[in-house]
Formats: sequence, structure tokens, C-alpha cells
Amino acid sequence: MVWQIDPLKCIQCGNCATRCVLTPSAVKCVHAFAVCGHCRLCFGYFQPETTHLHEGAENQLCPSGALMRRFIEEPYYQYTIDEPLCFGCGKCVKGCTTFGNGSLFLQVRHDRCVNCNECAIARSCPADAFVRRPASQPYILKEMPTA
Amino acid sequence: MRPSTPHRLLAWATAAAAMAQHAFGEMRFPQPDFESGYTPPATPSPPPRAWAWETLDVAALGLALLLAAWLVLRRRSRTGVILLTAACLAYFGFYRKGCVCPIGSLQNVALGLIDPNFAVPVTVVAFFAMPLLAALLFGRVFCAGVCPLGAIQDLVAVHPIQIPSPLSEALGALRHVYLVGSILLASLGAGFFICRYDPFVAFFRLDGKLPMLLFGAGLLLVGVFVARPYCRFLCPYGVLLGWLSRLSWHHASVTPAQCIQCRLCERSCPFDAIRFPAPPPSRASLERGRRAFLFLLVLLPVLIGAGAWLGFASSPALGGLHHTVALSRQILMEGAVPGTPSTQASDAFRASGRAVAALHEEAAAIGHRFAVGSALAGAFLALLFGLKLLALTRRPGRADYETDRALCLSCARCFRFCPVRPGGEVPPEFLTPEKQTHGR
Repeated sequence: MVWQIDPLKCIQCGNCATRCVLTPSAVKCVHAFAVCGHCRLCFGYFQPETTHLHEGAENQLCPSGALMRRFIEEPYYQYTIDEPLCFGCGKCVKGCTTFGNGSLFLQVRHDRCVNCNECAIARSCPADAFVRRPASQPYILKEMPTA
Repeated sequence: MRPSTPHRLLAWATAAAAMAQHAFGEMRFPQPDFESGYTPPATPSPPPRAWAWETLDVAALGLALLLAAWLVLRRRSRTGVILLTAACLAYFGFYRKGCVCPIGSLQNVALGLIDPNFAVPVTVVAFFAMPLLAALLFGRVFCAGVCPLGAIQDLVAVHPIQIPSPLSEALGALRHVYLVGSILLASLGAGFFICRYDPFVAFFRLDGKLPMLLFGAGLLLVGVFVARPYCRFLCPYGVLLGWLSRLSWHHASVTPAQCIQCRLCERSCPFDAIRFPAPPPSRASLERGRRAFLFLLVLLPVLIGAGAWLGFASSPALGGLHHTVALSRQILMEGAVPGTPSTQASDAFRASGRAVAALHEEAAAIGHRFAVGSALAGAFLALLFGLKLLALTRRPGRADYETDRALCLSCARCFRFCPVRPGGEVPPEFLTPEKQTHGR
């Protein structure tokens, strides 16, 4: 059994970044590319009051510059996460979930997680979003709604 | 369709905020039809440690237990035990980072027994059961050289001093309280407190929070002089191992053959686990012991009743450690006392839209389980205490230096002090009648 975050329960409180026994946290933001709208104005990427949609650090929401964007075709951009830089604060997740498709979400990364018997983040998760999953299905990934 | 210019941001934000109530499942911005042939990649998802490796851990544990038993019982080699200790510290401690360990696994098993929805993997059951089985066969060989928590303390115990037996026994009683308390809290879903307050896991991970690092460092510092303080005064799993070790099939003995009462081993045990020879009790002391035994036997039900009452009385406090109970109390408090600051959990609860009545009902049910569980736990602790007192009234005579099977960690330290050869051969200087009768 391994720990995982149910992205539908996650409220992006920010505890994941600080409560993990590891520094930086084993929780990182992941991107379900298939769910992403590839928007030029990404609410997970830009600061809320950004007036210029360019990649300047002052415009970026991510405090560690871990969310990168790459031009695909007008007006679409691909957003990827530089996982070594990400520390799971969930700021981009909050922006994307509140205003966008919610394609950015937090997950326990099992190449980092030491699988504590009692997960320190799970203990402090205010939304009970941490669940134990069988090791054969360690992720709860968002997919395209089939409707 | 897409907000592509900054001045539309506000409009979009307002519109999107209106939709923010809806859970995920609707696409606010549909997936574009890319003309450049771009296809979105899959989400990278690095797998957890493979199951094969988990079973390898179990195999490593079994192998280490057998090796420890062989080194202690057959080879009687302290050097071998030290090497095994270092190897297990490296593997189970620093490489596997301390999880899952047999000490913590007892909580998984306890919760698994009470809560049918809590799945306990086979590997965790194996980690729980194998050291216990080894203790039943060979004594506490797990403590001797396999347990990473024991190992890190054993390797720093360079200048052990003897502490008075009564103090050692009294502090050792803490283990029972810790065992019963942690089983109670784990099985009722309040959390795994043994893992939470594991003092050395932060060292294994080379990462941790300051209070636990200080606690661990403090124990290691004390452990230089008072050998293995966690094992002797806190370890809850050690209690179970001790019970089974009393019944063990084979057990380490100070001497490989016949004890010659040379007294060399008297101060060899840093864990106060060697029992000295004692004359058989006199008739008067037997009579005193018998009276004390009967008195305590009559007192035992009173003791158990008091324990149950104490447990019951502390159940509200213990129940408060359960997050559902704590949340229910917080919500009640916020309702009753205006101006109570809300917590993350209470905010999240209100945002989730769940019914408050259902929460209070669930918390009440958990509180009820805690009342029953705490009373049982208190009664059980009182029973253990009573049995200990009863055992104290019996002081049987003992002819030779023997290990206390419940407390002996099979660390093999005392073996070096015994001059008797494995075949029973005694060095000549120990054979003079003077030395045989007077020791020194």
C-alpha cells in the first residue's frame, strides 16, 4: 500500500510543501496534459494581476519557477513541470483548479516518497485527501471526462 | 473562446469564479484541435518500489534473524553480532530509511484486526510476525543485531554504566504503557504514535523536524552511558518480544557450559539482564512472600477496577487525538464561543458541504469506542502491574548466573567475560578451591 492524494478532495492548503518528512516534499505538481486547455493565459502559470503575458519571473505564479511553458501553435502553449524544482506548494494547482480545467494537481511522487507507515502530510491534511492505494495503482490521475 | 489578451482577464476570472463551485469533471476550456500535429504527452508517473523488492526485504529480515541466532547461540561471537548490527543498520536503517519496521508494524496489525477496511500487506504482517517467531525460538535475536533502532543505539553505547535495578525496572514499565496506549490509539484510528515519535527515523532519512532530531540526539547522547535507552524504557515491541522470549526454545546463556560462579560476568551486562545466584528463600521469607501474594491476589480485582476507571476517565483526552473527534469539538467550539479562530480543518469541512450533524454523530460513535477501549486498556495495564507485583513476592533461589530471558537482548557482550570454554573446559586458574568458593 502506498500513499496518494485524491485530487478531487485536495483543497490546495499548502501543507504538502511543509509537512512531508522529506525536504523538499515528496508531493509535486503533475500535469494531465490531456485535460489541459493549453491556454495562452494560464491561471496556474501567471500571477493573478499580470498585465503582460510573458515568461518574466515577476509574472510567474510558481515560486520556484518549476512550471515551464512552451509555445505550440497560436494561441496554444504546453505547460510542463520541472519536477526537481517543484516542492508541492500547490499555488499553480489552486489557480488551475479555480479558474481553469484543473489539469494541474498534486500527487505523491513515488520515486521520492519513502512510504512512511504514518504519512506526516496525511496527518495534517485538513481535507482528508490522503488515501492508501495499492502499490499496483499508485496514482490518481485526472483524465478526460468521458461524456 | 480563449482569454488571449490581458484585459479580458478580469472578465474571465469573474466568470470562472462563478464556475469554481463545480468539482472537476467539466472542461471549462475544451481541448484544442491542434493543427501542428501536436499530441499531449502522458502524465509521467514514476512507479513505487517494486513488490519484488518488498519481498526481498522480508527475505533479508529472515536471513538476518537466522544469522543473528546462529552468531549468538552457536558461534557466541560478539564481533559477529557487531558486524551484523552494522549491516542491518545500513540496510534497514539508512538504505530502507526505517519503514516499515517490526516495531511500527504492530500498529498496522492492531488496526487491521479492528478495522476490516484497513488492508495490511503480507510483507507488513511478515515484518510483524518474524521477529516474534524468532524470539519464540531463539530469544530476542532481533534486538541483538537486526533492529535498526537498536543498532544505532548499540553502536554508540561505548561507555555503559550500570543503573540501579529498581530504577531500570520502573523505567522499563513505561514500555508497557507505550505498548498498550499505542495499540489503543492505532486500532481506533487516531494514528500511529510509535511511528510519529520514532526518535531515530530522522537520522535514517538524514532529514527531519527539529524536535524529533533533538529527541533522537538526546537519546543517543544518553545512550553512550545508559546503553540502549529506547529499547529498555520505551520500545513497545520489545515487550512482546520479551513475553515470547521467556518461552523461547533456545536462549543465549552467559556460560557455554557449566557456570563456575567466577563472578566475572557480574558487571558485563549493560542492560541489567543477568540474574545473580541467590540462596533459596528462608522459611520465614517464604511465609512473608505467601502472605503478600495472597494479599495482592485479593487486591488484584481492585487494582484492575481502578485501572479501568482511570482509562475510562482519560478517554475524552485520548479520543481528542482522533481527528474526527477533534474536528467535531472544534466545530462545536466555534459555534458556542463567538470569535474562536477557525482551523484549516474546520474551514475545509465547511467548504466540503458535509452535514454537521453527521460529523457529530460519527465523533460520538468514535468517542464511545474510545470509552470502551480506554477502560479495557487501563484494566489490562493494571493487570500487568498486578502480575508484576505478584511476581515480586516470589524470589526463587538461583544456583548460577543466568540471563533474564525477558530483558536479555542476546547482544553477546557477556560471553567474552566467561572463562569457561565451550566444551566445558575451565582454565586452571579458576580451578583452585579458593577461587571456586570465594570468587575473586
